[in-house]
Amino acid sequence: MRPGAWLRIVLLAGMLSAGAGRGAGAQALVADLSEHLIAISTAFTGTEVVLFGSIEPPGDVVVVVRGPPDAVVVRRKAPTAGIWINEASMTFADVPSFYGVASNRPVREFASEAALERHNIGLDSLRLDAVAPEQYNPEQIAAFRAGLIRNMQEQGVYGADIGRVAFLGDRLFRTTLSFPANVPTGQFIVSVLLFRNGEVVAAQTTPLFVSKIGLGAEVFTFAVRHGAAYGAIAIVLAVASGWLASVIFRRG
Amino acid sequence: MQVYLPIAEMTVNALLILGMGGLVGFLSGMFGVGGGFLMTPLLIFIGVPPAVAVGTQANQLVAASVSGVMAHWRRGNVDVKLGSVMLAGSIVGTVIGIWLFNLLQRLGQIDLVIQLSYVIFLGLISSLMLTESVRAMVRRRRGRSAREKGPQRAWQQALPFKMRFEKSRLYISVLVPAAIGALGGLLVAIMGIGGGFFLVPAMIYLLGMPVSMVAGTSLYQIIFTTAVATLLHAYQNQTVDVFLAILLLAGGVIGAQFGTRSAGVLRGEQARALLAVLVLGVCLKMAVDLLTPPADVYSIEMLARNAAVGESP
Repeated sequence: MRPGAWLRIVLLAGMLSAGAGRGAGAQALVADLSEHLIAISTAFTGTEVVLFGSIEPPGDVVVVVRGPPDAVVVRRKAPTAGIWINEASMTFADVPSFYGVASNRPVREFASEAALERHNIGLDSLRLDAVAPEQYNPEQIAAFRAGLIRNMQEQGVYGADIGRVAFLGDRLFRTTLSFPANVPTGQFIVSVLLFRNGEVVAAQTTPLFVSKIGLGAEVFTFAVRHGAAYGAIAIVLAVASGWLASVIFRRG
Repeated sequence: MQVYLPIAEMTVNALLILGMGGLVGFLSGMFGVGGGFLMTPLLIFIGVPPAVAVGTQANQLVAASVSGVMAHWRRGNVDVKLGSVMLAGSIVGTVIGIWLFNLLQRLGQIDLVIQLSYVIFLGLISSLMLTESVRAMVRRRRGRSAREKGPQRAWQQALPFKMRFEKSRLYISVLVPAAIGALGGLLVAIMGIGGGFFLVPAMIYLLGMPVSMVAGTSLYQIIFTTAVATLLHAYQNQTVDVFLAILLLAGGVIGAQFGTRSAGVLRGEQARALLAVLVLGVCLKMAVDLLTPPADVYSIEMLARNAAVGESP
């Protein structure tokens, strides 16, 4: 993280705590991210973003990070004559491409089951809708849903535990959200929820953009928008380097 | 040294990719095969999405083949006339293959067909090559003439459109090399490989070409076939990652030069026996994958990921 970002956190945290101290008129929950843009350059190997804020105590804080939604096809293999073949599939719409939860203590210790369900907190409560569910029975949907989550966890984009919310005193809190190298691109939603007596009493959402920058981004955009030209350039590049190598080696 | 690949959307170790390119390039130069049948599984193994592995692989094969063909060209080991006849067939095969690929994709069984084709083709060809080359080695040891007698090709003599290929000292119907090319093109489209492992034995056993001409001529033909495949993959699927391709071809072209130089060290049947063992290994690995229960019977595929283009704050 840049040194400037740290300075911003310290200043903002100071302001937040001063504001929170003013009493009953203050907001119950204020939070912000150290950065609102994750830039994926050619040397990107994953990154961390600091989330910090202040609450009107008492209460517990939960942070939910969701990546841009995608449609995902889940396929199931079964043996046919000894060979493992995809025999059934189910499509899920609006599947978050990234999902993570952070809290100051295990959510089951302070949140009601209904609240977890309502706010999509935790992989068990995450809402994933199958397309055309009437074609399947509930057990099938549950099994495909579990398979989907397992695969996303395997890829490192779903984690029940993305980070830990730490309190500094009883008002200020911060947490470090980590994102892997294969983080999907697009607009993320970071929701911060304040729990009291098992229910959400205050909430705030902040956008976080994950975007490719530099040469990698230009290459990606060009490849998608001008596929044929991109392919032609790729061929010319390949022919030139193959020829170059053989010339170099003849002299060497 | 970590590098982010913009199309594959992942970070890889550049040295690992260079090394993989070099190894496959070496084999490519040595045997006159493109090495796609090795590189595609290797890329998938390190986590590159299969579609990107296939598309990028086609691109890197262009470079490796150009580099390889130059060395053969200087030695006069390329039969352009025969290669061009094969190429004409190969373009027809590629077009049919792309159509088949789309059909299978709609049916949701493309992965299975790719794996099965690997097992069947690689298994068939490697066992044929292995038996033949071992037989040739035994013959040589017994002190008999190493000069191989070509298989009976009487049926070929009956075919029309005969043409004289001076360079390969052949007088055969153009239908045979064109058909071999067409089958090669089909393999490029469906399996995402150059097809050298199929072309080389076919040219030796079916056409009866001199072994010295086979590697150069097949590489010459593969350049154009893989170029067409690269263009189609880039245009239709956006699955050609130039960063990955540059790394692979940097390693690949260097490896191919060493490979071409080593080609003279081994006798024809020894090289073929080695290649056969290699191909058989890949085939067995694929067969085992098909037959053993997968770690997770559920797998996922993201749809419409390209919608994220140009999104920025």
